[in-house]
Amino acid sequence: MLQGKKVANKSGVLPIIPITRKLPLVCSILAVVLILCALLALANGPSSVSLREIFSLVIGSDSTNPTASAILWKIRLPRIVLAAVVGATLSLGGMVFQALLRNPLAEPYILGISGGSAVGSISGILLGFSFFPGITLLSFLGSMVTLAAVLILSGGRSSTRKDSLLLGGVMMNAFCGAFIMFLISISQGAKVQEIVYWLMGDLSIASSSNLSLLLLCFPCFIIILILARPLNIILTGRDAAIAMGVNVRLISTILLITTSLMVSLIVCQSGLIGFVGLLIPHLLRIFLGADHRLLGPSCILGGASFLVICDLIARTLPDNGEMPVGVVTALVGAPVFIFLLWRPR
Amino acid sequence: MIALALHNNTLCYNGNKVVDNVSFSAEEGEFFMILGPNGAGKSSLLKLIAGIEEPQSGQITILDKAKGKYSARDLAKVVALVAQQAPMDFPFSVVETVLMGRSPHLGLLGIEGERDYTLAKEAMYFTEVEQFADRRLDQLSGGERQRVMIARAICQEPKIILLDEPTTALDPAHQLKIMDLMERFRQEKKTTVIMVSHDLNLAALYSDRLLLMKNGRVVVIGTPAEVFVPEYLEKSYECDLLIDENPVGKVPRVMPFPEKFKMR
Repeated sequence: MLQGKKVANKSGVLPIIPITRKLPLVCSILAVVLILCALLALANGPSSVSLREIFSLVIGSDSTNPTASAILWKIRLPRIVLAAVVGATLSLGGMVFQALLRNPLAEPYILGISGGSAVGSISGILLGFSFFPGITLLSFLGSMVTLAAVLILSGGRSSTRKDSLLLGGVMMNAFCGAFIMFLISISQGAKVQEIVYWLMGDLSIASSSNLSLLLLCFPCFIIILILARPLNIILTGRDAAIAMGVNVRLISTILLITTSLMVSLIVCQSGLIGFVGLLIPHLLRIFLGADHRLLGPSCILGGASFLVICDLIARTLPDNGEMPVGVVTALVGAPVFIFLLWRPR
Repeated sequence: MIALALHNNTLCYNGNKVVDNVSFSAEEGEFFMILGPNGAGKSSLLKLIAGIEEPQSGQITILDKAKGKYSARDLAKVVALVAQQAPMDFPFSVVETVLMGRSPHLGLLGIEGERDYTLAKEAMYFTEVEQFADRRLDQLSGGERQRVMIARAICQEPKIILLDEPTTALDPAHQLKIMDLMERFRQEKKTTVIMVSHDLNLAALYSDRLLLMKNGRVVVIGTPAEVFVPEYLEKSYECDLLIDENPVGKVPRVMPFPEKFKMR
């Protein structure tokens, strides 16, 4: 035992809350929030289903009201699940990219994913494909192509890799942005609205048939959560991390690819939803600190809750029809973000 | 017992030899310091030992075992590095940072046990950072932060601890604190301390032996009395230095010789 100038027997009083206690506490609070948000979203919508009806449907005792049952299970629930998985993926993805690229402005789409998937799906819309599988597939392929291009272009020297990744992604997105404008300018009225909805993020396509694709996100979540500790160490300096036995190159590459893959998977079904990947990780970092073992699960639960609520607003606020959920996330997200920056520390 | 031995190590970056045929060895519990001007290859030498760079040629032996036989994790269990500057852009707390030192000893999920928390507390008390335990690293002064990074290295339970200019940019009080800390640590734990420094007088006061470098090569290895002679120092640093005896500890003392005083 070390005998410092101060005696070591005082070491008992030092308050350290182990991660094994902090993590379950934070996760259960956020899980309750998510469940409440989901119930709220389940109970509200254009056609009214009372809370009592929902309750009896959930516990399965009431089969007398087939309309309410259909609305709940076939329309609202798939949409809530889609919103939750998309929100979880976007905020976890934002967290990883902000860390790995050491850039607070990094978004989950940053490695060319937004541009590539947009070009893919807009081409699909213009070619008159059905949403699933045509547009979804083209969108996924588009983001894979741009991601591969960015990764190959930046594959050079490791010391400058994060900068070239960032620049490569921004340039790829900018190039695709120009191409998208070109596609919009040659397309007709009805399709323009469809394209704009996709670009602002749209969760209305949810149905139980295409939700199964989202299951692929969960292995990605697990990989990222397992690598949270090495990620922490990498953030305290590359050399120090290597000296601590962390394979920095391998872990960064796995994280980049896993994250981009899961974001591509959800983008092709939800369109581009901004601000979730920026707002939620920053917000949680303020309260929970930088430990990614805690931040990762919190981003999943927090991001899911946030997008479920935003989607509820998007589909209930307008009197007729609905608005793209990206409009809500930006309208809510930007002021909150500005407040966080302004708030006295 | 010899803890660390380097034999004819050479490291090149883009064809430039930053470490050129360097050999030296350090005993268990020795305070060994590496001196030399900027760009002499001191930090690169530490990177070779810590496994961050692989030498183009030469052997490194750590605790009687070739470095190549260690896995990255096993090496991290015996060698700890306190790097020159830790990035501050992610607000880890002091406890979180110190606990990271347990990383090479933990399993896949990296969940700390009772002993890991005890070791972290001991390291924090030893480096006197326990009062900042819950604070974020970016809210500490440079000297306090340096002590946190040393606590993390101590928490790693190394046999050899490498420090890259730990006292640079600190005031004299913090410099002394860091040096005294390392001296106490090596005495208690018989840990070998390898420190890169620019402070010649601190080196003379604390080190058992010194390695003086220039352009990647060894100029001389020896005790402070053997190394601090005008011939070697001026060859290495290429400037006029005055050497006399320090009233403290009867070790050599070095002073720069400013141009304006040479006129008289």
